[in-house]
Amino acid sequence: MSKRVEVRISGLGGQGVVLAGQILGRAAAHDGKYVVQTQSYGAEARGSAAKSEVIISDEKIGFPKVRKYDILVAMSQSALNNYMRDLKKNGILLADEDTVKEVPSVKARVLRVPATRISESEFKSKIFANVVMLGALTKKVEVVSEEAMKRAIIESVSLETKKENIKAFTEGMRLHEQET
Amino acid sequence: MTKQKSSSTHFWQGNEACAEGAIIAGCKFFAGYPITPASEVAEHLALELPKHGGTVIQMEDEIASLGAVIGASWAGAKAMTATSGPGFSLMQESIGYAFMTETPCVIVNIQRAGPSTGQATKCGQGDVMQARWGTHGDYASIVLSPNSVQEMFELTIRAFNLAEEYRTPVVLLADEIVAHMRENITTPHSDEIAIVNRKKPKPEDDAFFGVKEIPPMPVVGEGFNVSVTGSTHNEYGYRFTADPKVHQTLVKRLVGKVTNNRDKIADFECHSIDSCEVGVVSYGCTSRALYELIDLGEKERTKIGFIRLKTLWPFPETIIQKMAQTAETIFVPELNLRQIFYEVKRAVEGAATVVPINRIGGGEMITPEEIKTEIKRGMKRVH
Repeated sequence: MSKRVEVRISGLGGQGVVLAGQILGRAAAHDGKYVVQTQSYGAEARGSAAKSEVIISDEKIGFPKVRKYDILVAMSQSALNNYMRDLKKNGILLADEDTVKEVPSVKARVLRVPATRISESEFKSKIFANVVMLGALTKKVEVVSEEAMKRAIIESVSLETKKENIKAFTEGMRLHEQET
Repeated sequence: MTKQKSSSTHFWQGNEACAEGAIIAGCKFFAGYPITPASEVAEHLALELPKHGGTVIQMEDEIASLGAVIGASWAGAKAMTATSGPGFSLMQESIGYAFMTETPCVIVNIQRAGPSTGQATKCGQGDVMQARWGTHGDYASIVLSPNSVQEMFELTIRAFNLAEEYRTPVVLLADEIVAHMRENITTPHSDEIAIVNRKKPKPEDDAFFGVKEIPPMPVVGEGFNVSVTGSTHNEYGYRFTADPKVHQTLVKRLVGKVTNNRDKIADFECHSIDSCEVGVVSYGCTSRALYELIDLGEKERTKIGFIRLKTLWPFPETIIQKMAQTAETIFVPELNLRQIFYEVKRAVEGAATVVPINRIGGGEMITPEEIKTEIKRGMKRVH
């Protein structure tokens, strides 16, 4: 991992992109890194554009918002369309296979993750897609350690959904052979 | 957070750090009304404050919230409320009452984009002048401006300490970005945190509103027959609503206890201001861009210095004047349509060209790159 990694996790309100950013940030803090996590969401509870940004660094972080990012996670087509242009050359795009249908040809490494589908088939609900995505991110990109992520998930989710979230994370980690 | 025997590190949200700072400072009463982006302060205190012998009440609105806080303070408790622009507007009347009655309390305002309900979830820095002049009449406010999660913790403690020391309301003027972001923070050993408590009267004291610059404050119910009024009163608390002398003595002392102690209260962070050609003055979330300007200066062979204001009011004009001795141009980035800009301009009295950099709405910050572009353009203008 290089000295500084900037991540944007984007989608729609209700998909848990803000929580996903918080979990990733917390995990990086557990790994002993400097971290700043910020978010942007609409006034509505669901449906408006939402994003969460995480900067992970070996040095103290000044400006807290990401500008050109190393990793873009897109959980919706509109998020991908809006944010693709600021992904660094040779950056990494993780796109939800089911909610993002069109991925433009880019120089970035593209990983298509069936996060929503896995969440629906395993839990009969879309709500764990964000954590499935975090599993894929952890395995593919090695920004944070697996142990730190698991600890951060347990600290961030409600007691009742702990088991499901850890399972969702593990399912996400198992996706590593499906790179396109 | 319970008493700590050693320093420890956390990954906290700004609002959470503010609530934890309040607990460490000795806050025992919180009253508030939910509002984005300040609600997490109340949510966290509702969970934690009762464990430390404190009380949290959700009131019917912000007017009642600050009323309850003022009452709690007179009952002897360190008390706080937290809100955002719309609620801060409703509190203005009681802020004047707290100032006039010398009631220590902390008012947290997490700024969002106004005016009115504006953009509830988006950052702004438009309440700077309201925090200074929001209530009517002559008064002096103390307003602190954190720029990190660490400072949401530290400056909340300082806000309580200043309120207790000077017997006056203190505003922690944060913003949505600093309040909602999560960062690493280190909290020190409890013994290393200085805590100030208000001076209580001795049994023979009877002047609780004068004689001394900061008079002792009795607890209602412990005797002393104290009368508390927002109308003009003498040093014993009796109303004098026609006598010019009583009014002058009171209001000049109230303003003076802040302005006479400006140098002790005003706090800031400086970088290379002794020899800079270009100066930048900023505060709150916007000031996070300053740390990335230093390498630009080296690259462009321009000496860039900055002042980051940790206290907005009283305004630390002496340090701004010092910067203007060497800086030809001073840039003032802020998320409003010029507020601190005019204070900087007033302070330098023409000794430097002051250039505003402004943005409002949508939660978009002013990036280091944009400030760099403005600086380069400004340098061309000068040479």
